[in-house]
Amino acid sequence: MKTTPIISVKDLVAKYGDKTILDGISVDILPNEVTVILGGSGCGKTTLLKNILRLYEPFSGEVKFWDQDILGLDEEEFGKILKQVGMLFQNGALLNSVSIYENVSIPLEQHTKLTRDIIDRIIRVKLNLVNLSHATYLLPSELSGGMKKRAALARALALDPKILFCDEPSAGLDPLTSADLDNLLLSLKQQLNMTIVIVTHELASIHRIADKIIFLDAGKMLFFGSLDEAKKAGIPQIDTFFEVGKF
Amino acid sequence: MNIVKIENNTLYFGGVMNSGSIPEFQLAISKLLKTEKPVMVDIAGIESIDSAGVAYLEIVQESIENRSGLVMLNGASAKVASVIDAYSSRKLEIPKLPRKESFFESLGGAIYKAKDSMAISLVLAADIYYWSFVGLFNRSGQRKGTFVQQGVALGVQALPIVALLSFIIGFILALQSAVQLRNFGANIFIADLLAVTMVREMGPILTAIIVAGRSGSAIASEVATMSVTEEIDALKMMAINPIRYVIVPKFHAITLVMPILVAFSILVGEIGGGIIALGYLDLSLNSFISRTVEIITLKDLLISLGKSTFFAWVIVVIGSYFGFQVKGGAEGVGKATTSSVVASIFAVIVFDAMFSLLYL
Repeated sequence: MKTTPIISVKDLVAKYGDKTILDGISVDILPNEVTVILGGSGCGKTTLLKNILRLYEPFSGEVKFWDQDILGLDEEEFGKILKQVGMLFQNGALLNSVSIYENVSIPLEQHTKLTRDIIDRIIRVKLNLVNLSHATYLLPSELSGGMKKRAALARALALDPKILFCDEPSAGLDPLTSADLDNLLLSLKQQLNMTIVIVTHELASIHRIADKIIFLDAGKMLFFGSLDEAKKAGIPQIDTFFEVGKF
Repeated sequence: MNIVKIENNTLYFGGVMNSGSIPEFQLAISKLLKTEKPVMVDIAGIESIDSAGVAYLEIVQESIENRSGLVMLNGASAKVASVIDAYSSRKLEIPKLPRKESFFESLGGAIYKAKDSMAISLVLAADIYYWSFVGLFNRSGQRKGTFVQQGVALGVQALPIVALLSFIIGFILALQSAVQLRNFGANIFIADLLAVTMVREMGPILTAIIVAGRSGSAIASEVATMSVTEEIDALKMMAINPIRYVIVPKFHAITLVMPILVAFSILVGEIGGGIIALGYLDLSLNSFISRTVEIITLKDLLISLGKSTFFAWVIVVIGSYFGFQVKGGAEGVGKATTSSVVASIFAVIVFDAMFSLLYL
């Protein structure tokens, strides 16, 4: 039986001014899978992620979440979709003026009618998931780069999203923290059936978590499929990417 | 369909238990628990649950345990059990809220901080003055072309706003005084009033406040941004003194442009007031100008331009101090900029009062 894609992108074109950044990207992301977007610097990975999420308006094409075209939705309708989506930004994007506790509580306070005791417990659980219980009442400026990323992940998970997007979650993290983060993402997928889309360069991370990979090169999608298929596809850019990344 | 019921001392939950449905469960259960005392919780009927549902179940479980002893959650499906396992907070420690400082601790801390800030700002001021003096004779260590660039940014670009505000102030000052002076037939004294006020006070202080708001904030935010993005550290690592490289050109530029701005402010303020003198009080242009020139002394002008230079130095030192002392990221830059403007304006007014007392 064919699985219905949770996200469907068709002929997506993205431009900055006259410059085409993404050219005709079409991809179906299936539920409960980890899809990794990879490629060299400047190939359009983050742009693809942000166009899928409408943080940048695509020039043309179609983006569907749960079979619903999101590009034509008004703010309220799109907001309903966004409540089921979490996003971990490259640098965390925590609100610097408030504590980690308050950062995680923002979506819960804004989008639910939960009482304070329930919100407290959810925050405690989410911060424990990312091993940041000890930093609950600290300000983002008091955290290291890796801790900020983990705190941002806790915030992204606050509303139990069905889809989690991560923009370079392992960048700048030590190998142990990076492996811990990968294990957490895997447990989110396995235990909570989350669908995860990740932009990353880290080969170790890709090998640990990827079910599917999207390989971009100069704004075009060279490959979409499993990691094993990618390695056997005989595409020089992909072969070079994995070969050079070996150590 | 969500279900909450108590049968045979067992509390049954069913349906979808998530952040959207919890208020409904809370309402139902608060009524039930008033009369019933269950000793078991059956969750076999729960089809799906999220972290909010798990948190709520555990709160209910703990509240029953407080009355009836240990209670187990029974009958969870594999899917629900997996979510409960992932999101259970039962074994987690409650993080301690940071202790709040008492009033006297805060006061003591503030006094120590003020003392340290004063020491740091005096050292910084000494550094800036020293390197600015050295920089007059030896321009190495300064970025080339920045003096002119800073002169344009701090001086030329401030001209329109200084002109506009000075004109309005001169105009208002003359207008308010004109009515009274006319009653006493003392029309000619409008020139005295304008000259003394604009030269001694309004020109320097108005310009200083505009420069503090415009240029002081720009200095603070530039230096603060450079601090949080490690540009200052990068300069140090290249064996470049950040004060010489970043601050000294601003210091030189503001020292040159501030007296010019003040002179311009005085002139435009006089023009604003002159319109009233000529138009409302029927003074002739010649008598207005000759009276103005007569009343302004060289000493007044020198004090005015001298104190405006001093204000400029205060603004640069305060902007640099808050820029270099920034903590945190973008938030810190915003705070540093705001603090620098407030402190600069405060300092300018205090120093102006001192000058007024010294040179009455």
